[in-house]
Amino acid sequence: MSKYKLNVNGENLEVDVVPDMPLLWVLRDKLKLTGTKYGCGIAQCGACTVHIDGLPVRSCVLPISAVAGAVTTIEGLAGDGSLHPLQTAWMEHDVPQCGYCQSGQIMSAAALLASNSSPSDDDIDEALAGNYCRCGTYIRIRAAIHTAASFYNADKAGAA
Amino acid sequence: MTHTMNRRSFLKASVLTGGGFLLEMSLPASLLGEELGTLVGSKELNAYIKIASDGQITIYSATPEMGQGIKTTLPMVIAEEMGAKWEDVVVLDAPIDPKKFGMQGAGGSTSVPRNFDIMRRMGASAREMLISAASKSMEVNREELEARDSKVIHASGESLTFGQLAASAVRQPVPDPEMLSFKDPRSYTIIGQAISSVDNLVIATGRTEFGIDVDVPGMKYASYTRCPKIGGVAVSFNEAEIKALPGVVDAFILQPDARSGKASMPFLQGLAELQGGVAIVGDDTWSVFAAKAKLKVVWDESSASTDTWTTMVENGRKIALEASGETKKDSDRIDAAFADQNNKVIDTFYQFPYVAHVCMEPMNCTVDFRKGVAGEPDGMEIWVPSQFPGQVVEIAANLLGVAPQNVEVHGTRMGGGFGRRAVHDFAAEAMAISHRAGVPVKLTWTRTDDIHNDFFRVGGFEQYKGAIDPEGKVAALEQHYIGFSKGGQPVIGSGLRGNEFTMSAMKQTRVRQSMIDIRTPCGAWRAPGSNTNAFAEQSFLHELAELAGRDHVEFLIELMGKPRWLDEGNVNAMNTGRAIDVIKLVAEKAGWGRSMPPGRGLGLSFYFCHAAHVAEVAEVTVDSKKNFTVDRVTVAVDVGPIINMSGAISQVQGSVVDGLSTMALQEITMTNGVIDQHNFDDYPVMRIGQTPLIDVHFIQSDNPSTGLGEPALPPLAPAVTNAIYAATGERIRSMPLSHGGYRLV
Repeated sequence: MSKYKLNVNGENLEVDVVPDMPLLWVLRDKLKLTGTKYGCGIAQCGACTVHIDGLPVRSCVLPISAVAGAVTTIEGLAGDGSLHPLQTAWMEHDVPQCGYCQSGQIMSAAALLASNSSPSDDDIDEALAGNYCRCGTYIRIRAAIHTAASFYNADKAGAA
Repeated sequence: MTHTMNRRSFLKASVLTGGGFLLEMSLPASLLGEELGTLVGSKELNAYIKIASDGQITIYSATPEMGQGIKTTLPMVIAEEMGAKWEDVVVLDAPIDPKKFGMQGAGGSTSVPRNFDIMRRMGASAREMLISAASKSMEVNREELEARDSKVIHASGESLTFGQLAASAVRQPVPDPEMLSFKDPRSYTIIGQAISSVDNLVIATGRTEFGIDVDVPGMKYASYTRCPKIGGVAVSFNEAEIKALPGVVDAFILQPDARSGKASMPFLQGLAELQGGVAIVGDDTWSVFAAKAKLKVVWDESSASTDTWTTMVENGRKIALEASGETKKDSDRIDAAFADQNNKVIDTFYQFPYVAHVCMEPMNCTVDFRKGVAGEPDGMEIWVPSQFPGQVVEIAANLLGVAPQNVEVHGTRMGGGFGRRAVHDFAAEAMAISHRAGVPVKLTWTRTDDIHNDFFRVGGFEQYKGAIDPEGKVAALEQHYIGFSKGGQPVIGSGLRGNEFTMSAMKQTRVRQSMIDIRTPCGAWRAPGSNTNAFAEQSFLHELAELAGRDHVEFLIELMGKPRWLDEGNVNAMNTGRAIDVIKLVAEKAGWGRSMPPGRGLGLSFYFCHAAHVAEVAEVTVDSKKNFTVDRVTVAVDVGPIINMSGAISQVQGSVVDGLSTMALQEITMTNGVIDQHNFDDYPVMRIGQTPLIDVHFIQSDNPSTGLGEPALPPLAPAVTNAIYAATGERIRSMPLSHGGYRLV
């Protein structure tokens, strides 16, 4: 066991775990942040997607000892008392079916929008290619990302 | 008993200008209601509806939710009949309590047809009691009152809100269920609308509690490892090494135990038998997964399965050519039609593989077994993501002797079900581990456990032979279904029911069925039986249309014959008129008959199951290397009136994606009792970029509303293979498409 300092959703904390424990299980079992999901353990399905310094990573294959940067999970995606435009769009488009993969979908989409505020369908397909949805909500995921992008751009226009 | 599940926040969302939402904490509606003493209704009504004096209406959802949307759909029916405003409604999960709610289960696309009328009665009873209360309070005749927008409104315009009426409504007599009247569907304001699922906010913010997220004080984490050869038994393992690993607190062998397989629901009989294996208990999931990877187990495989898929295929092909098996239907002129030199004859063999469920949330279960002390009986609390959560009570009784009244069950939201979560073998394992370890445990399966320990969609074979007469009509059709059985009984999803098109609607058909006995566990997989038979049947009918040189739409409509119920008086039977209507609609919407450039094609199929009539047209593009895209799928559905338009479209879209994912990519094989696939790297699921446009149309016929979780899946595969034939001239008779070198892009 070793001690690791982490910044998760803006909070500095320390965990005492084995070095090879993937970030996923630190989040879920030690920090009780269960919005990040286990799906495969081999970075194939994307259910475990979180951000490290804003970039999407598969937390199921990232050992805690290799985490370098601030971690954001679905629980910390939006500020207190507010929703990320993607979360609003997800409700507007009634995206989820079972809902299990959706944290990972939203985290991948949020990283995309942060770097590309007007993604095309192809951009979305590429950025979300690592996220399975077994229920088949892909069409609505795409539509919701476009809607969220329009919220983003409306905000920018409003600010200008 | 303590409840540890109620830690989720009660969030209330308000829309802000610019599309944002404000989250507020609010008191759980149930507490508010009880505090103010505003329970409405009869004994039954109490179970479903609560109105608080502030006007918040709480509706309890008693049917397990796995993504089919039932937690939104059924409360919509209650709210509609009550005259509630949907914005005033909060939906909470009902506890698992068969005394109040009856059988709480979800499967077979039956939740809507089974519950629609009950929900209507609940809503109408509440409405009548609210009207009675208003009638007294306003001192007017109840005939002059109407309930809408969460108010009871008098003809004069005077009104009282449901919140104002709640306290007195609860003391009104409960209406006689036989005397209830229901709203005219033309005045519906909620039913038929597109309503976003009630749990979307908690899902989108990562706060949903799936079974895998359950956390109980003092809980340990567990993994379980069964013999790779199905049915093998653990003899010994490297116990000292495993127990010395970091985070491991205990490790032990469990012996197989058939008692947990006893089931009162006949289709579950024998399925949840505890399989032998090694349990590892530890401080977190990673520790027990990492230790599992280091297990070295000596297995006794003497009575394990030796099933091998390639052998099954050889046997299937051999049997197909024999005039063997049980004759399920025969007609007089079959042999003469095949012998007639004027007829064109075609003889084909179709094959479909085993497939796995791969619910995104792997199987898991949390159990707190409590040994009775000082003469107290043993007790158990269990958290289970299940399609039939109440069924775990009998497993606790049969496996560990815990009396049903001492078992408290919490059904959680499921990260997918698809039929897999009807069987509770994983719950039996979690019970046995908690019992032995003496602590509460959460058992989580790895993805590989989830695939290897599945109750698979059964594979099978169909031999079809058909004769077309000189006029281009079907003179004879012979079908030989070769499926799989256990102890002589067809496994779930194998074999023909009797209501298939070839058996119920066509005249000159002969249908035979043979079974091969196997050990591999099989179970319900989204539209069992239908999802494989549709592929063979609807492909072969297209082969016959081609042989006859006729247009597929026109040919299929002719086969339907005159509009009629195939089982007169049974509204769950196929109606050829409804079939013709969806075929015509899908053809029109898909632009059937337009000329397509080389390498592109349209394919049609129709299938009836789960009381639903569904027709689909797939539009595909295939290149010279057999890379193919499904550009568009047009779907026409008749399941009667739609309750939640958004949910209904979602189920159809999901069924199309699921159907395409399965037919293009997925196959489970086994070699000498060992499942050959392990994880998503060798058992992939379709990705976002492979998704077609999906164009959904409903015929809201004047028939009872029926379920939509399954029936849009079966027609997808033959629509796609028929389209590939149209594009390339190549007939696909074996699934998945990768067998023929086709690659979905």
